[in-house]
Amino acid sequence: MGINLKELSKQEDFFTSGHRACAGCGPAIALRQALLVAGKDTVVSFSTGCMEVVSTIFPYTAWKVPYIHSLFENSAATMSGVEAAYNALKRKGKIKKDINLIAFGGDGGTYDIGLQALSGAMERGHNMLYICYDNQAYMNTGIQRSGATPYGASTTTSPSGKVIPGKTRRRKDLTEIMAAHNIPYAAQASISDWRDYMTKVEKARSIKGPKFIVVFAPCQLGWYYKKEDTIKIADMAVKSRFWPLYEVENGVHKITKDPKKVIPVEDWLKLQGRFRHLFKGENKKIIEEIQREVDMRWERLKKLEEAGL
Amino acid sequence: MKVAAKTANEAMAEAMRQINPDVVAAYPITPSTEIVQIFSQFVADGLVDTEFVPVESEHSAASACTAAAAAGARVMTATASQGLALMNEVLFVTAGLRLPMVICEIARTLSAPINIHCDHSDTMDQRDTGWMQFYAEDSQEAYDLVIQAVKITEEAFLPAMVSADAFILSHSLQRIEMLDDKDVQNFIGEHKTPFSILDTDKPITVGPLDLQDYYFEHKRSEAQAMRDAGKVIEKVFSDFGKKFGRKYNLIEEYKMKDAKRAIVLMGSTAGTAKEVVDTLRADGEKVGLVKVFAFRPWPTEEVNQALKNAEYIGVMDRAEGMSGFGAPLFTEIRSSLYDENKNPDIYGYVYGLGGRDTTPGDIKKVFDDLKKVENGKKLDRNNYLGVRE
Amino acid sequence: MAKKKEGWKELPIGAIIVEPGSSRKFKTGDWREGKKPVVDKDKCTNCLFCWISCPDSAIIVKDGEMKGFNLDYCKGCGICFTQCPVNAIEMVDEEKE
Ligand code: SF4
Ligand code: SF4
Repeated sequence: MGINLKELSKQEDFFTSGHRACAGCGPAIALRQALLVAGKDTVVSFSTGCMEVVSTIFPYTAWKVPYIHSLFENSAATMSGVEAAYNALKRKGKIKKDINLIAFGGDGGTYDIGLQALSGAMERGHNMLYICYDNQAYMNTGIQRSGATPYGASTTTSPSGKVIPGKTRRRKDLTEIMAAHNIPYAAQASISDWRDYMTKVEKARSIKGPKFIVVFAPCQLGWYYKKEDTIKIADMAVKSRFWPLYEVENGVHKITKDPKKVIPVEDWLKLQGRFRHLFKGENKKIIEEIQREVDMRWERLKKLEEAGL
Repeated sequence: MKVAAKTANEAMAEAMRQINPDVVAAYPITPSTEIVQIFSQFVADGLVDTEFVPVESEHSAASACTAAAAAGARVMTATASQGLALMNEVLFVTAGLRLPMVICEIARTLSAPINIHCDHSDTMDQRDTGWMQFYAEDSQEAYDLVIQAVKITEEAFLPAMVSADAFILSHSLQRIEMLDDKDVQNFIGEHKTPFSILDTDKPITVGPLDLQDYYFEHKRSEAQAMRDAGKVIEKVFSDFGKKFGRKYNLIEEYKMKDAKRAIVLMGSTAGTAKEVVDTLRADGEKVGLVKVFAFRPWPTEEVNQALKNAEYIGVMDRAEGMSGFGAPLFTEIRSSLYDENKNPDIYGYVYGLGGRDTTPGDIKKVFDDLKKVENGKKLDRNNYLGVRE
Repeated sequence: MAKKKEGWKELPIGAIIVEPGSSRKFKTGDWREGKKPVVDKDKCTNCLFCWISCPDSAIIVKDGEMKGFNLDYCKGCGICFTQCPVNAIEMVDEEKE
């Protein structure tokens, strides 16, 4: 184990060039890195969303592993079916090799419309890894708020206006929701920390049963920052503790990166147009609220880890 | 061959056991729950090799089955009513991806108001999904059609649902002749697929984004598959008939040869209708019945052939259709016969909604109405049977 | 020249795509908006941080060595430029053809 870039660079990309994601797409990085770890004998299912759309415009596909897309809300159910078929056909000797099964979905397809199917699949214990690439809104349809959109963010369905300052509700904590399914592995990762993320994918692959990873993957189009800053924005989310990197293995929380130099969340918010309105007048108190919540959640996570929970 | 007393639920579950599919993903719903329960017991007792996936919704049942079919598995499920409605979105995907799959369907009405009894609203709601649809008259037909559907779907590259009427068939014991397990296996043969998403040496992309430049071609090809499916069905029906002595057709004609007045319908009401035909025939009336087995693909030629001598036709629909005009079967029949030289007079009757009993008297009323028309009386084009005014 | 597109009888059923990675036929290099990355190989340490960060697999690596950019696919986002720890990558103006 251990991620060695030189070794990885010898193999081909299984999510390859020619896809039509925007320049500087965070989710595209998340897919590529996951596939580099997963390797050739992998089958992927996908929910409808940006990455599905940009990677498979007929007759072109960016995938070099078998891929199936069915609908928006059923990536996990789709992979449940693939896993069932795999088990049945393996038992009959029609399939011999071990295959990685990875279901992907964006935050809309995972936190929201696909949550039921995901919950069901995790509870049933299928041997699969579900990876949610989280860009914190429905980007494919044009930046609408999702259950993953953070408090205060302006989206096209939670716009900041004269009386409402962006999204008024907090985001769901999906990692904890998944951990509460008592699955062997649930983790939170970020494309800024490829080693951490890819190690988590590799670890998940080695564990039998249902696994879940949500990977933070900024979207320059929907968050309004300079496209070269995709990884920087992800990095600052980790360093500000807005997006802690941690895992829950068999119910035990472990922080996988404790940022040495913690930055104020305000620094992170400032670089993104979706939070611009928070820096005006009355709204500034929202930034304080966000900081308070980030601190509170970090403390909670720390306590869980210290208590061995 | 073994004779047994089985409800349609039991008969279809037994057919599933004998088919021994690779994957069954299912969710309980009245009145098809029993199929899933019985089948679960088969799994628990090791009587099948099936991977059983007890999903959290019908949407996921259809999704898991569809994906498993793309992975090269032989797949089946059972559902009814709201369950089928919840599957709707996925059913288009199964057909669009051209995957074989069979649903044992119990025809139950749709909410609102909620009602658990029989009518064909649920399957009619799915008529444009690209699924073949078969309607059984009794347990025997449900059993036989499920077995044949497996082969049909795998040869036509389209999925199929076999529908049996809620409670009237799903929960009433009838005598059926069951085939031997090995005969069923020999008949359906080994499941072969042209591709599988589990083949990592030949990676394919299933379910791509298909835009203005290709979508229409793929849909055209799917439409052709439905047009060609009639031939596949006839071939499988004929093989089955030769092997087991029970020969099915896309439609069943009952005393139609010289029938001047005819009723067309689907499902369990055919039994009652046949009795009424017999009674009227005994009185010298030239009446007959056409029972449609395959609603999709729509058997235009067969229907027109069967009705070629009929001058007055009553089409009985166990679904409203809410078109503001005629119900689904009525419009199909009328449209089919439009190109014929003879111009029969066709009337629609919506009956039995929400499990309302349909008596021999109701059916006789349709024949009587047609006779009155023959004698010059005017009749509304679309009518309701057995509803209180 | 774009070849004539297939008719409905010629396409594989179910809209499956049988050629893996066929997207490579679709060149995204012309999406760049005037800037392209260049590398100073004297500075480069071959850490491959740029390679692992590129969303478009547009960084060429051979035998563990960073060999430049595949401009057929590079969309000019500049992520590689931000990720190089030794500032060996620069985004420069592209010459107008
Ligand atoms: S500019 Fe962007 S697309 Fe081009 S090589 Fe660098 S990271 Fe890749
Ligand atoms: S990141 Fe910089 S030093 Fe590392 S391989 Fe790329 S160009 Fe070379």
